[in-house]
Amino acid sequence: MPPHTALGTATVRAEGPDKLSGAARYAADHTPPGCAYAVPVPATVPHGRVTAVDTVAALRLPGVLAVLTPHDALRLGPSDDATLQILQDTAVPHRGWCVALAIADTPEAAQAAAQAVRVDYAAEPHDVLLREDHPDARTPEEAGGFPAHRERGDPDAALAAAPVRIERIYTVPPLHNHPMEPHAATALWDAATGRLTVYDSSQGAGTVRTALASLFDLPAEHVTVVSEHVGGGFGCKGTPRPHVVLAVMAARHTGRPVKLVLPRRQLAATVGHRAPTLQRIGLGARRDGTLTAYTHTVTTHTSRVGEFVEPAAVPGRVMYAVPDSRTTHRVVALDVPTPSWMRAPGETPGMYALESAMDELADELGMDPIELRIRNEPAVEPDSGRPFSSRHLVECLREGADRFGWAALRTPRRDGPLLCGVGVAAATYPVWVAASSARAHARPDGSYLVEIDATDLGTGARTVLTQVAADALGVPLASVTAAIGSSDLPAALLAGGSAGTASWGWAVHDACTALAAALARHRGPLPPEGLSASADTTEQAKQKPPYARHAFGAHFAEVRVDTVTGEVRVRRMLGVYAAGRILNPTTARSQFVGGMIMGLGMALTEHSTVDPVHGDFVECDLASYHVPVHADVPDIEAHWIDEDDPHLNPTGGKGIGEIGIVGVAAAIGNAVSHATGRRLRELPLTPDRILAALG
Amino acid sequence: MKPFGYVRAGSLREAAAAYAAHPDPRYLGGGTNLVDLMKLGVETPATLIDVSRLPLDAVEERPGGGLRIGATARNSDVAAHPLVRTHHPLVSRALLAGASGQLRNIATIGGNLLQRTRCPYFQDVSKACNKRLPGTGCAALEGVHREHAVLGHSAHCIATHPSDLAVALAALDADIELYGGDGSGGTDDDGDGDGDGTRTVAATDFHRLPGDHPERDTVIRPGELVTAVLLPAPAPGAVSLYRKVRDRASYAFALASVAAVLDLDPATGRVRHVALALGGLAHRPWRATTAERALTGAVPDADTVRRAVDAELDRARPLRDNAHKVVLARNLARDALTTLTTLAATARRAP
Repeated sequence: MPPHTALGTATVRAEGPDKLSGAARYAADHTPPGCAYAVPVPATVPHGRVTAVDTVAALRLPGVLAVLTPHDALRLGPSDDATLQILQDTAVPHRGWCVALAIADTPEAAQAAAQAVRVDYAAEPHDVLLREDHPDARTPEEAGGFPAHRERGDPDAALAAAPVRIERIYTVPPLHNHPMEPHAATALWDAATGRLTVYDSSQGAGTVRTALASLFDLPAEHVTVVSEHVGGGFGCKGTPRPHVVLAVMAARHTGRPVKLVLPRRQLAATVGHRAPTLQRIGLGARRDGTLTAYTHTVTTHTSRVGEFVEPAAVPGRVMYAVPDSRTTHRVVALDVPTPSWMRAPGETPGMYALESAMDELADELGMDPIELRIRNEPAVEPDSGRPFSSRHLVECLREGADRFGWAALRTPRRDGPLLCGVGVAAATYPVWVAASSARAHARPDGSYLVEIDATDLGTGARTVLTQVAADALGVPLASVTAAIGSSDLPAALLAGGSAGTASWGWAVHDACTALAAALARHRGPLPPEGLSASADTTEQAKQKPPYARHAFGAHFAEVRVDTVTGEVRVRRMLGVYAAGRILNPTTARSQFVGGMIMGLGMALTEHSTVDPVHGDFVECDLASYHVPVHADVPDIEAHWIDEDDPHLNPTGGKGIGEIGIVGVAAAIGNAVSHATGRRLRELPLTPDRILAALG
Repeated sequence: MKPFGYVRAGSLREAAAAYAAHPDPRYLGGGTNLVDLMKLGVETPATLIDVSRLPLDAVEERPGGGLRIGATARNSDVAAHPLVRTHHPLVSRALLAGASGQLRNIATIGGNLLQRTRCPYFQDVSKACNKRLPGTGCAALEGVHREHAVLGHSAHCIATHPSDLAVALAALDADIELYGGDGSGGTDDDGDGDGDGTRTVAATDFHRLPGDHPERDTVIRPGELVTAVLLPAPAPGAVSLYRKVRDRASYAFALASVAAVLDLDPATGRVRHVALALGGLAHRPWRATTAERALTGAVPDADTVRRAVDAELDRARPLRDNAHKVVLARNLARDALTTLTTLAATARRAP
């Protein structure tokens, strides 16, 4: 048995020095000789069709190579995702939809050309505003891959009969991922060999390769996609995006390498958003706090291009023991950009609503909100009846309460014009794992290389995989390097669903275990080419465990509300997580704290406003879309409890990339309610809303 | 971005001459706003005349009291300057409430005053905007205008001025010194007959209300340059504050802000001098003269303050989405005056 020293040990990022020194290459850092540049032209009507594209003035500008339009752009092959079918027809499904592409020798010339393209439209009436009573609202088949509608018992009757009940509506606005690195791609098309190479800012190079091969009718093995370093994604780089398709189109058209960096202002309409949700929640309980009824109806929007339903009612199927329940979704197709994945889709907005409602119920019952949650802790997963592989929510709540000093803070305080209060909320996120493959290689010099098409979005994934490999091989961490982020490497899951480390780690573990066995069998010095072993977890990942597998957590927040200005400031936040084995405390803490900061933004500052007249999002730069800045971020603590769950994967981890955001907005909202005695049910909690609530 | 010519001016005279000699010119200071607007296609100058290196970055005491702050001094240098912090801490506080550290390091005092509104419709060339293109209409009126004006707006424009510094200068009765204009190399109509080619305009008159001409943010004439901000000597015993409310703790424009100066008669406790300027509410810093008149000579007790502030804000005409700004402004103004009254009393008791 080799000593296990790497996993569980705080380890700094392997690529840290490269990132600090600028040696790390992101998608837009690749500038092949002869590189041209492309800039998309966004539609300026919210609905209609293009009647004419006048490219004369644009083409006359110096350095302009071409302007692609819906009338003459390359016809694309099929794609699962209709948002990738760009410049294929004249329809304008929403404002910001790409209607032309300018290509030039320099970024400046391409931008000037894009601004000089004149597009005529036949505008049609548009409808961009979500409302609960929208006549087109319908119940979809599924929401985020889950059944859209689940019902047990008779929730309406149970709610009507409940001695204590609350019925409330919570509103979460559209939100945008806005990673630091905008979407970018550099495409090289070699007409002679028919090979395509693309550097893309993506959460999964293999996924992008599959899409490009189909769209451009190429054998997959003729396409290489590289995403070696990625500056954040939060879900909006989880699927191929229009920029990479446009870059390839432009490279095919001009025969030159083409780089396309999406302007920040085009991100909002192009790469997805978290759809707004109007969430109607009913909770019924006995006077002792035992839940008897739970109804959760989510109304949300999608686009007319493709359907994406934010699965906000789904986390409620996991949380509390309640015999009669209904969790359901309604969706309205509007003339808006297509919503998509954003950190903890479903859980983030859904747990804001559910955990706010639990707080309101606790108020109604005069009960401590932690005790109310503990009272309703289920023995099995409520919706499925399956046992949990492990569930330590109660321990998270209790340890968090101790560390936070919860018991001593239960009385709201006034400090001059400031109202001070505390709030708590639970967190949950499912455990996913998917088939991946990996190759491990031992060199004669005693060093090791693991290869897998994993992606490191800045999370530390690369580092953790070297830790997994070092332990499986029983060798020092410093002797292992990981090659990731290329579709030419062994195929693996994209970075999403907090499933990367579990899925990749499993394949790396198995490949390294096989390599260690081969090395043990090997006699004498290694041959010059070394020894290799591969693994593929397709079979293992297929097996459906008899357990419900989820991570849990608890968030605590202390806030100060200024009665003069309506400003809310978070004084401190604390999270406690039960997420299986924590593989690298340094990078794990960064994930938890980062998630909590993003949750703070959702609670207090972030929102995208749909302009009813123009049909677009008003906030389309980082000056107006308010992610938290340093001054907003207080003292934040992240802790975890040791959770030994044998029903997961060889690394024993549950995934930690998303749970940090779940429930944070509820904890902060509950603290604001505690401080002010007023309940706000629409995010974010900006000064105007606080002042209105304070009257 | 449209290609443009670039000229670096070595002196004021050179700058004015370059302005007269080149097509479609704009002066360039720190560029933190102008360059952004050029990238967006909102500003499309043919020539940039870089005045950021003119020797106008000094902060110095004026003969007879007061300060002169050169127009090319950087925001962060001015905010940290001992003379500014000692004589007019209000200016430091207002500057530090604006932008981010990186932006303050490059942004100039003159450029700060001449920055354009951050109205999203002004910044989006695909939408109607009378400020950007006179006569095209105002898309913000029917669009989203939670952050727009509640005072002094017109049917043609509901934008607000984004500068924090300008609000402080309005409250301090500062003057803006201007040079050149109309390509003449100097108008020298400030009446001082010194022939130095400058004139001065009161800070309160420098920025305009939109009226029928929202394309004009200020009274500056074509080709004129801001050369300095002139601050009067502070009244001994006067106290001041700047407070800004925004959607996040830093790096955001004001929903509303207040700059206030108060001088109480130590014998009677009556207001000898009060200046109250509100930011984020109008096309220019809003000097609350109605409130000031009601307060001057009065004992600023809670009731008097409330009545004075209400009298001022009765003139507010909130739009569909921004009634909260009136509440916010009222709270801010009352709180500022109450806080300063307490401060002034404390300052008086101090040895």
